[in-house]
Amino acid sequence: MSQVLQRTSATGTRATKVIGALAILVMVWVVVSGLILTPQDVVQGESVRIMYVHVPSAWIAYLAFIFTAVASASWLISKKHSMGFDRFAGASAEVGVMFMAITLITGSLWGRLTWGEFWQWDPRLTTTAFLFVTYVGYLAVRRLEGSAEQRARRSAVVAMLAVLEIPLVHFSVVLWRSLHQGATVLNPNGDVKMDDLMLFTLFSGVVAFTLVFVWLVLHRQRTMLLVDIANRQGLDAAIAARKTEGSVR
Amino acid sequence: MKSDSSMPVSKGKVVTAVFLKDVQIELRSRVVTNQVLPFAGLVMVMFAFALDNDDVLQRVAGGLVWLATLFSLLIIVQRSFAIDTADGALDSLRVAGIELSAVFFGKAIALAAKLVALEMVLIFSALVLYRVDVSAIGVVLLVTCVFCATSGLAFVGTLYGGLTAGAKGRETLLPLLLLPVVAPVLIAATRATEAAFGSGGAQTSEGWAWIGLLAVFAAVFGVGGSLAFGSLIDE
Amino acid sequence: MIVSFSDVVVVYDNFPALAGATFEISRGEIVLLQGPNGAGKTTLLRTCAGLLPIVRGSANVLSCDLTSDRYSVRKKVGLLGHANGLFHDLTVEENMSFWSRLIGASDQDVKTAMQIMGLSDRLCTTRVANLSAGQKRRCALATLIVRRAQLWLLDEPHAGLDTHGRDELDKTLRAAREAGATVMFASHEIDRARNLATRSLMVAGGLVTES
Repeated sequence: MSQVLQRTSATGTRATKVIGALAILVMVWVVVSGLILTPQDVVQGESVRIMYVHVPSAWIAYLAFIFTAVASASWLISKKHSMGFDRFAGASAEVGVMFMAITLITGSLWGRLTWGEFWQWDPRLTTTAFLFVTYVGYLAVRRLEGSAEQRARRSAVVAMLAVLEIPLVHFSVVLWRSLHQGATVLNPNGDVKMDDLMLFTLFSGVVAFTLVFVWLVLHRQRTMLLVDIANRQGLDAAIAARKTEGSVR
Repeated sequence: MKSDSSMPVSKGKVVTAVFLKDVQIELRSRVVTNQVLPFAGLVMVMFAFALDNDDVLQRVAGGLVWLATLFSLLIIVQRSFAIDTADGALDSLRVAGIELSAVFFGKAIALAAKLVALEMVLIFSALVLYRVDVSAIGVVLLVTCVFCATSGLAFVGTLYGGLTAGAKGRETLLPLLLLPVVAPVLIAATRATEAAFGSGGAQTSEGWAWIGLLAVFAAVFGVGGSLAFGSLIDE
Repeated sequence: MIVSFSDVVVVYDNFPALAGATFEISRGEIVLLQGPNGAGKTTLLRTCAGLLPIVRGSANVLSCDLTSDRYSVRKKVGLLGHANGLFHDLTVEENMSFWSRLIGASDQDVKTAMQIMGLSDRLCTTRVANLSAGQKRRCALATLIVRRAQLWLLDEPHAGLDTHGRDELDKTLRAAREAGATVMFASHEIDRARNLATRSLMVAGGLVTES
């Protein structure tokens, strides 16, 4: 891969072009089906269509988090500490944050449209909000000064701590909300009775978003690789410059 | 003077040495006593100004105690590491060749001691300012809650404090990293404290489940923290 | 070989503080590191202590390969940087007690170290914050002496000391050498340093040459 990137500086390959094309195709189908072909919901009316964006992006956000965690663990465990794992963890986290923001915003809007409430303190939503802030913190840690290895080690450790932390947050919120038995857990998703076409569109949405996720992560990861290569070349140049500076004295 | 490397020191001795050092410095400089405790007390008073309703205050007293604790925690953690970064002592600790997990425990226990003092002041303020009452069994619940919650906060605070210590532009990262992580402690400790205070009709029996959660949190971050601390504090 | 560096590159945020340092140091040498500011002397000392990761090249210090494991070397070396590594709210005695407890040094070692550095009884019970810069430096050196390190790494150790203090320091370093230790120190005080050192290395532009 690095040889390919050294020849060109584009991050596209045949694989990403195919994935990209597929993603566009499926996305078009989802848009058409979601907006036009599928029926509205008996109770929610047209606002149920937000589901086709909200559910897939939630799925992707959690998938991204799992990828970041697994990649971080792999970096920690592997003897060579291959930087590919670290780049993948970082790329996945960045894309994941974006999808998580989409999840929270669309969920908010959906709740507002259907039940008049922008926010609910139910466990799933609250844990998602926490995951979002944790991610933002993870990305901030990645931006701390230091060499690539230092960045990789720090962020891998922080990612592992996040993995430990999320079940604790989720469980505490579940326990907390279970106290308030009276309040209905307003979950727009839960009340929808889906017919076959809606289900299929939802599934297509998941596929489309997954393709977009893969496409984004591949490109982002390659961009990071380019940055690392550029830094390495910059380092070579800086070393050469330093050497001449030394010999001039 | 024969030159040889000194004998390895047991982890327990390192933990004790670091703990005593932190406590000694606090007793000498009195930063927590003279600055943080008054700050915490002030926060409790300001809550009363903002909420302006005796019934509401009594109801939410538990939550306010732990909110004030968390805000003060940020200051105490930063102070805990400022001691070490002031004259490059952190570097010396790194080069000392000692088990960094022992340093983690030593600092965490010292941090916990300061936190307990803080929480005592806050609970006392709540009893006085917000007019809450505690029954005998409530006191037992409260003490257990303080012990478990403090352990968890001390472990997490020391861990992320180590990561954000020193370099410019890092201290501001501490609240962003720390506050989300301690959310379970805030939820659980507040519910347990409310049960102890009997706020909103809560029974003390309801509080014990929350203590369990606090204990799990403390255990997870005690173990996880001791493993992670060395990597996070190193350059 | 106590220290053996081969083409070592150490980086601060993509800037090569060390740009291919190559040199060797044998046991019992007292080596002076000379060079202009920003040359990489401090970085070199910190790398020998195992504090900084090596990006390229290889380095071996006291039989520890720094590229694969830079942690085991730390207990064998003693590093004195620009800062003193002291706790300002504690007294000299309490500082010494803390650092010596961490490494398991005996009370006798502590007394000897304090005596060597001229830390009198009166000074012992003074808070570090109330000491002069020179006195703080002497206290820092005492914490280093007590480590009985095999490799002493000192960054401008004479700075801030009066003549008496400098003489005591030189005596100490020579005594350490007698006892089998090796010393590397960076200094701008060429005359005094030349007297003390058995050998001198020039650090410039992140590179090391004999001088």
